[in-house]
Amino acid sequence: MLTWLARILHSSFLHSGPVQTALLVGSGTAVVCAVIGVFTILRGHAFAGHALGDVSSAGGSASFFLGINPLAGFLGIAAMAAMGLEFLGVRRVREQDVATGIVLGAGLGLSALFLYFDLTTTSTTGAAVMVMFGSMFAMPPSLQWPALIVAVLTVSMVTVLYRPLLLSVVDVELASSRGVSNRWVGTLHLLALAAAVALAALSVGSVLASALLIGPAGAALRVSHRPSRAIFGAVVIGLAAIWGGVWMAYESYYWFSGNAWPVSFFVVAIIFAAYLLSMPCRYALQRMAAGEAGRQ
Amino acid sequence: MDLQGTLQAESHSDSQPLLAVEDLTVRIGNRVLLGGVNFTVKPGEFCGLIGENGAGKTTLLRTLVGLQPAPRGRVLVEGQPPNKARCLVGYVPQKINFAPDLPLRVCDLVELGCDGHRLGPRLFSRRLRGQVDAAIHAVGAEKFARQRVGELSGGQQQRAVIAHAMARRPRLLLLDEPLANLDFRSANELARLLGHLARVHCTAVLVTAHDMNPLLSLLDRIVYLAEGRVACGTVDEVIQTDSLSRLYGYPVEVIRQSGRVLVLPTANPSKIPEDRCYVTPGDEQTDGDPAC
Amino acid sequence: MFDSFMINTWIAATIVAITAGVLGFFVVLRRSAFAAHALPLATFPGAAAAQLAGVQPLWGLLVFVAGAVFLLRQLQKLGRKDVATGLVLVTLMAVGSLLLSMTNAYGPAVFSLLFGEVLGVSSADLLPVILISVAVMLGAMFVYRPLLLQSAFPELAISRGVRAGTIDLLFLCLLGLVTAMALPVVGALLVFSLLVAPAATAQVLSAHPARALALSVALSIGLIWSAIALSFLTNWPVGFFVGSIGALLFSSTRIFRYFRNRLKHERDRKAQHA
Repeated sequence: MLTWLARILHSSFLHSGPVQTALLVGSGTAVVCAVIGVFTILRGHAFAGHALGDVSSAGGSASFFLGINPLAGFLGIAAMAAMGLEFLGVRRVREQDVATGIVLGAGLGLSALFLYFDLTTTSTTGAAVMVMFGSMFAMPPSLQWPALIVAVLTVSMVTVLYRPLLLSVVDVELASSRGVSNRWVGTLHLLALAAAVALAALSVGSVLASALLIGPAGAALRVSHRPSRAIFGAVVIGLAAIWGGVWMAYESYYWFSGNAWPVSFFVVAIIFAAYLLSMPCRYALQRMAAGEAGRQ
Repeated sequence: MDLQGTLQAESHSDSQPLLAVEDLTVRIGNRVLLGGVNFTVKPGEFCGLIGENGAGKTTLLRTLVGLQPAPRGRVLVEGQPPNKARCLVGYVPQKINFAPDLPLRVCDLVELGCDGHRLGPRLFSRRLRGQVDAAIHAVGAEKFARQRVGELSGGQQQRAVIAHAMARRPRLLLLDEPLANLDFRSANELARLLGHLARVHCTAVLVTAHDMNPLLSLLDRIVYLAEGRVACGTVDEVIQTDSLSRLYGYPVEVIRQSGRVLVLPTANPSKIPEDRCYVTPGDEQTDGDPAC
Repeated sequence: MFDSFMINTWIAATIVAITAGVLGFFVVLRRSAFAAHALPLATFPGAAAAQLAGVQPLWGLLVFVAGAVFLLRQLQKLGRKDVATGLVLVTLMAVGSLLLSMTNAYGPAVFSLLFGEVLGVSSADLLPVILISVAVMLGAMFVYRPLLLQSAFPELAISRGVRAGTIDLLFLCLLGLVTAMALPVVGALLVFSLLVAPAATAQVLSAHPARALALSVALSIGLIWSAIALSFLTNWPVGFFVGSIGALLFSSTRIFRYFRNRLKHERDRKAQHA
């Protein structure tokens, strides 16, 4: 067992620079997304998270030709969009709504434009891939610390706001009657959501960002309705997805003789598998609970 | 003259009723909502299906239209089951809610009333125009016939849907709680319109309502639904303390005041038995009421 | 921009626009924004597979369309479980990205399938597009009246014997076919804008159903033509113009409606005072 562990720790996998960057940024992202994702789903803002991901692609693509840090690009646009959502009223953002789709279309069109500028003005090829589907192995090490700082800040903010957030999930009116300023909580939640989406977009691309945000949290919530347990479960699933995804993408280079598969694909696939597994898991847990109740 | 006798005499005078409901039983989950309901409606009659909220009026109406399956009993419109007699029946549901942006004018809605169920492109649209105009005229909707349905007031939308239902000159018009959300004046206007449709256009009209007062002076027949059963006849025959008490199975009082009617349960709550409508498997059916 | 090599582009785009204008009318009528948003995402892997196989995206999309329609119906039945729906759609996109990564031109393929590509339409490719378009138009004409009634007032339609399930399925199939046609031209992420923006605009402008439908087609053609023309002139991507012109069209309806309501209120107030 120990030799096995030693072998892993000394493997070229963990010694590779891009892998380390990917794991570091990815883990931070997974934790943030797990925490925020649970609250987002509980508050019913799942689609808002998805929409923020799509819109943030404009920021990511702009960052390439503006020459700024992609995290800053994603974060800037996501924060602006989040404030816009807060202003318009998040509840009005629905999958069923025509207006939402049109706004998304406009944002994505802008993305297309910026990506075109990237192609013509800078020498970055594959900007489209990086922005839309992520490229964790191509992340510059300079991104590590900003990403981690954003992650830590966001998680601390959510920790501080944990109780008010929880209360506002249960009942918006109840929360405001106890002196919790709903506006503040809502705004801060949306900003935290924007940060989570930006980190997710950085890791797996803006098109797939919602998988990292909603997937682990959704799977965990199916197994346990208690927020604290769901957050724990979501963190576990998210980390497993990131680490598993990075590892599989790394190894796929050898499996497919030089044609590595994208990291984001593996990450999303693991998350999806976890979600599928959460259903029989819940069923099994229910049967166990019923069995115990029957025995008592 | 007792209830059964009057109605048997009436039923002998006409050969075939327009609508015949025989031994209709509908269950919702474990609960018997309608337990062996029998009644008929004759051509050109203005009939009110009266009952409290939750008595089962909407369910009964939906069964007549064919929207709800009936496990037991028969519904016959001119001798045919509802799904074969769709061209004879016009239906106006209770909830009318048109999106404000809907690109449909009242005249278009009525046109769809004529042929909205047909496949293929619409040929010979001129032929339809006469029918459409007649239906719009019948409900008095000429003033707003070219407006979007979504921009009309509640009462106007209702008229539009009634015109849609009348487009094919149905023999039977079914309306679900049309007076429910209207103020006194509008309710009166609508009641008079429906009476007019019954008389002039020889369309039997069956209206459900929980408040029968706007309709009292216009109804030919009343079908009173309570406790899963019905009592039917003229207003004077049915809305009596003893006949309704028999129907409910506990004392109710009918109070008449200057032409208005109020049906109140007994002031003594201990006399009202527990809900008998729940059925456990193996229970006997509740008795059907006499044919009327 | 009217050189011979662009003629096919114009023809294909016009056909796509006409069909999208017709179907988009019903998408907005039935408030099927979800279906119009989700179908392109669900069929995206088909286009990616086609790219990998070296054939035109249309073929891959057609192969995937039936499965996508079936999947969508199952997802719609799940109803409020937006987590499940979102995850399934995103996973399909991830599969698509995987397939594209295996091609030789990962970057350009991603760009063209997500945001549209108007060039490179050969004459041989026109025929299937025309055939599909004719099929869709015939289908739409066939169910025009029941579809209109059911979209406006479902209960009335059911009471007339219109089978909601059949109409729904037929509509989804038509929408799937239009998606397959439109995705290569405007990209998976912007099919929605093409379908919805002209139709939503038309429905605000006209209360007559047939006229609103015609207007929807006209606006759709206008949208595509201006997007292609502007794209040709500036070299900027077509998707950008579709997204932004679509948004302009749509917001103009909102502004138009706002002012129209204000005028009506003013008129009503004056009538009351008079």
